[in-house]
Amino acid sequence: MSDTLGEGKLAVTSSPEGPSAAGVGARKAPSPARRVGRSGWGQRLEIALLAGPAMVIFITFVMLPVLLAAYYGFFKWKGFGPPTNFVGLQNYVTIFKDSTFHDALAHNAVIVVLSLLLQGPAAVLLALLLNQKMRGRSVVRVLIFVPYVVSEVIVGTGWSLMLQTNGAVNGLLVKAGLPHWTVDWLSDPKIAIWSLMLIITWKYIGFAVILFLAGLQGIPQELFEAAAIDGASYWQTQRRITLPLLGPTIRIWAFLSMIGALQLFDLVYIIWGQYVAATAGTSTMATYMVVNGRNAANYGFGNAVAVVLFVISLILALTYQRFVLRRDTEGALTEGKK
Amino acid sequence: MATITAPPLSPTTTRKRPSLGRASWVTYVIAFALVGICIGPVLYIIIGGFRTNAEITKDPSGFPSTWQLINYSEVLKSSIFWRQVSNSVICGVFTTLGVVVLGVAASFVLARYNFWGRNAMYALFAAGLMFPMTVAITPLYILIRGLGLTDNLAGIILPQIAFALPTTIIILVPFLRAIPKELEEAAAIDGASRLGFFFRMVIPLSIPGVVTVGILAFIASWNSYMLPLFILNNEGSYTLPLGVQAFASQYSVDTARVLAFTSLSMIPALVFFSLFERRIIGGLSGAVKG
Repeated sequence: MSDTLGEGKLAVTSSPEGPSAAGVGARKAPSPARRVGRSGWGQRLEIALLAGPAMVIFITFVMLPVLLAAYYGFFKWKGFGPPTNFVGLQNYVTIFKDSTFHDALAHNAVIVVLSLLLQGPAAVLLALLLNQKMRGRSVVRVLIFVPYVVSEVIVGTGWSLMLQTNGAVNGLLVKAGLPHWTVDWLSDPKIAIWSLMLIITWKYIGFAVILFLAGLQGIPQELFEAAAIDGASYWQTQRRITLPLLGPTIRIWAFLSMIGALQLFDLVYIIWGQYVAATAGTSTMATYMVVNGRNAANYGFGNAVAVVLFVISLILALTYQRFVLRRDTEGALTEGKK
Repeated sequence: MATITAPPLSPTTTRKRPSLGRASWVTYVIAFALVGICIGPVLYIIIGGFRTNAEITKDPSGFPSTWQLINYSEVLKSSIFWRQVSNSVICGVFTTLGVVVLGVAASFVLARYNFWGRNAMYALFAAGLMFPMTVAITPLYILIRGLGLTDNLAGIILPQIAFALPTTIIILVPFLRAIPKELEEAAAIDGASRLGFFFRMVIPLSIPGVVTVGILAFIASWNSYMLPLFILNNEGSYTLPLGVQAFASQYSVDTARVLAFTSLSMIPALVFFSLFERRIIGGLSGAVKG
């Protein structure tokens, strides 16, 4: 997040005539002698009045719980009364020795990688395809976004009905003359993770396509004209111009996708429930946390799992920012300086 | 993260399309197939609600032989459904209001006041993006229980506001920063205080950004599952997502009715989405585009 912090500074240091400098410039202009005299307590009161409620509610419900998780994680605690049974790192030892947690972690890793591999290339191709003059383009854009707007519960309920052994998907396969393709989509541990990936791809690919389309719209037309004059073929243009310039959008999407895949809970919990997920091979760290923490009333342990999940996400996020996103922010900085 | 460039600041004011020629029939075929795959399952849920269970068992992927209205009318007649609708509406409306009011006020401070700790405050909110609900949910549940807000919609609304604030602030701050300082000076000359400027100028001018943020907050609240799952244990306080799940397990043999219940519960989000589709898509891509 350090570069988000930097953004505030960036806005201040970037071109003084830019609109983003307005708020700061107002106080650097010669006029505000009056304003400085007035600021002091009056301004502090205004700031407290305007930003105070948001700060209080944000710190109480977002920051405090995460700190509490770190604290509770050191206790064996059933959730009643203040935690007293301090067990040190025992919960963490248990987590890392638990083979069901290893499985959940492995499933998460598979989901992270497959989400990128399945959605990324397909979404780029679809965005390129839809970025042409065609009738009904805006309708297509809206309709492919529908799965993203429908809630996880509805997606989970609908797909679990469709993927039952006597559900619509197998029904369609029989009608299409492929009866030997019908399988047990949800409980066969070899297939269930692919069913999950099918649902994830279906639900989230529209978001990727929309992002990439927006990214494509930002590429200056002149570049394509220049490439056309130089005699570049369609695919050369895509490979040499579109993809590199779409890079920042793709990298941000990949970041969001990875974090989302690590935190995946709703779909798995709704479709496979709390008991079947582990045997079907679709459990995730988050379902492991809920099943072994809250549902088993082991709140100390549940909090420790939350900390592990958080640290893993944070490491991934920081590594990704350090090695992948950095060049984008560097680009933004140099662009700001001109 | 480069998520910060907001629409009003983005340098690409000339939105030219790199349209590389017209689409061939192949494009239309692929686009048609894509749309079919995307809305097929949604249509299956809606159409399935018009069938009978016997039909669904015999031919799970067919169309209704006669369109039955009974499943939908049964759901619409049940008081449980309407209680869950009203719970969801209450959560959605108050979450949206809270996010908008607190978000605009805080973003205004971050965008237009210069004070010690401003960057730290911005960084704190931005860091909130790294704290998804999943990580915080177990301690959050304990906290809400400590406040006596389990089975209470306020126990849903307050955390939802808090978790929506980072995105809101990140979208709104550049938006408010882009309001020209001349306007502020003019208002000051006319005798308006900075708060007066806030109420008379900033709020009307920031309506487009606020609408985007509000819609995102409403849809997120309408669809939210994990938080209600932890906080609401009493069926009377269920919101629709929990209701759909409870209904689906309670009437698991009555597939047609489950499908009717499910499709009725997604209507509001779909209507909202189709009304504000441009803003949602624009807001999301504007927020993420580097």
